[in-house]
Amino acid sequence: MARDKIRIGCGAGFSDDRIPPGVEIVERGELDYLAMECLAERTIARETLDRAKDPAKGYTPVLLERMEAIMPPALQRGIKIVTNMGAANPMGAAKVLRQHAPDWGCPDYTCAVVQGDEVTDLMRAHPELPLMEDGAPLESLLPRMASANAYLGADIVAKGFATGADLVITGRVADPALFLGPMLHAFGWSYDDYDKLGNGTLAGHLLECSGQLTGGCFADPGKKDVEDLAGLGYPLADVWADGRVEVSKTPGSGGRLDVATCTEQLLYEMHDPTAYITPDCVLDASGVTFRQIAHDRVALAGAKGKPRTPTLKVVVGYFDGYMGSGEMGFAGINALARAKLGIEVVKERLRRRGLSYQEMRVDLIGMNSLHGNDADLAPEPYEVRLRIAARTTDKKAAEAVGAEVRSLHMQGPTGAGGGINFGARQILAVKSVLIPRAWVKPEIVMERAA
Amino acid sequence: MSVRVYDLGHARAGDKGNTSNISVTAYNDEGWQVLQRELTADRVLAHFRHLGAGPVRRYELPQLRALNFVIENALGGGVTRSLAIDPHGKSLSALMLTMTLPSHNEG
Repeated sequence: MARDKIRIGCGAGFSDDRIPPGVEIVERGELDYLAMECLAERTIARETLDRAKDPAKGYTPVLLERMEAIMPPALQRGIKIVTNMGAANPMGAAKVLRQHAPDWGCPDYTCAVVQGDEVTDLMRAHPELPLMEDGAPLESLLPRMASANAYLGADIVAKGFATGADLVITGRVADPALFLGPMLHAFGWSYDDYDKLGNGTLAGHLLECSGQLTGGCFADPGKKDVEDLAGLGYPLADVWADGRVEVSKTPGSGGRLDVATCTEQLLYEMHDPTAYITPDCVLDASGVTFRQIAHDRVALAGAKGKPRTPTLKVVVGYFDGYMGSGEMGFAGINALARAKLGIEVVKERLRRRGLSYQEMRVDLIGMNSLHGNDADLAPEPYEVRLRIAARTTDKKAAEAVGAEVRSLHMQGPTGAGGGINFGARQILAVKSVLIPRAWVKPEIVMERAA
Repeated sequence: MSVRVYDLGHARAGDKGNTSNISVTAYNDEGWQVLQRELTADRVLAHFRHLGAGPVRRYELPQLRALNFVIENALGGGVTRSLAIDPHGKSLSALMLTMTLPSHNEG
């Protein structure tokens, strides 16, 4: 069914994104499609570990909470949903939804599952692949590998909707492809409609971080104000078959959508604007223009698409030891000197216990923790908070960091208050490789009620 | 005469691996002229070097009055393994805005 225009909304821009604005855009946005992006670079590695412990798990942990709120109002309105909350187990996500959806008043819907992004076996078969970060062979990471997933494109999302599915659940898919997929499906665009792909990819890029297009990450009181930031609404795009795009947001919501917010989000996580590489095209955004055509409504123009590359990017998650950390606060006269003494005491106690660390970092929160300023040059603040974080392959050594910091309450300088031991967490780091497209064979599998 | 980048434009920071990218968008044409002329990659590098950052690449989008700076090695080893309290470098947009630039009136 060829259409002239569709409206796609964003319902989530990261795994723990706020749910109420997602419900509002479903209820008030008059959407045709809702896309929810919930997978950061390393998220899927944790979910792969969850699946190893329990084969039914491995989907985004917040899946049920989010879908209980979103699915009933969406399905009731005929809004089709695509989400990457399948993470490391898209079929598992589809099955657990099917168990719960009847209780939410959704007894009857069709669900297409995208499979084939997981490529751990391919990685083991190709230890010679060079890492994009430093050119070293993948081989050294393989013994510590936790996950490996290729970024799939919009074509497999479109194929999911072509089954007539109400819901398409994916694992790793390029973020903009969650939005471009419905466009390919609705308009029948092909992979040589370069400028349409460019505009569609641009729209997806702008929408994929939810509130960052609509006044989030923007307000500076008295300088750049955002009306009703607390009630910020999520963004939507009107897309026409000829590739025209206008972006707006939930009617009646708070926030702000204008040329300034669009410009900031255009360049968010973009490097060379002439070559933003996605699985679907290489977007040249260097000539993009924004035009405010109504309150909270902006028309995009000037995006150029170039042919997609012959490769797909794979993110490899791997274990990289443990990180331990803790914080302690000091205030009043001589606070800074007491904080510095606390740091030396913790370091010395860790040393006397025979514990060693690959890397240790010390911050004085309130002075240098965010921008790395030279604390010796800064005026002494009324209160300061020390933070110590360290990386080690030894979990016990990592746990000792926060414990020693917290012990400063009783065995440190005078007036040490508000200590926190953040404990130890396993570090899941990521690196990337490129592989030929033909190595990856994504497919659609329908999930059906048992 | 000098002027703060804060007074000329607004900024947003994003992350990929160990690389931070920070855009600076001018509020108006006058501010754009100063930013385009004075906010060079070298000056940005000098302002971020204490973080171990560099090299810096600069891209211009004049139709949007925007500059995009790609600052390598700015994130303490990368988002997933950095020990920094802000491993994404989300707060680095504000560091960019603390820069001061010469705003000499020619002629």
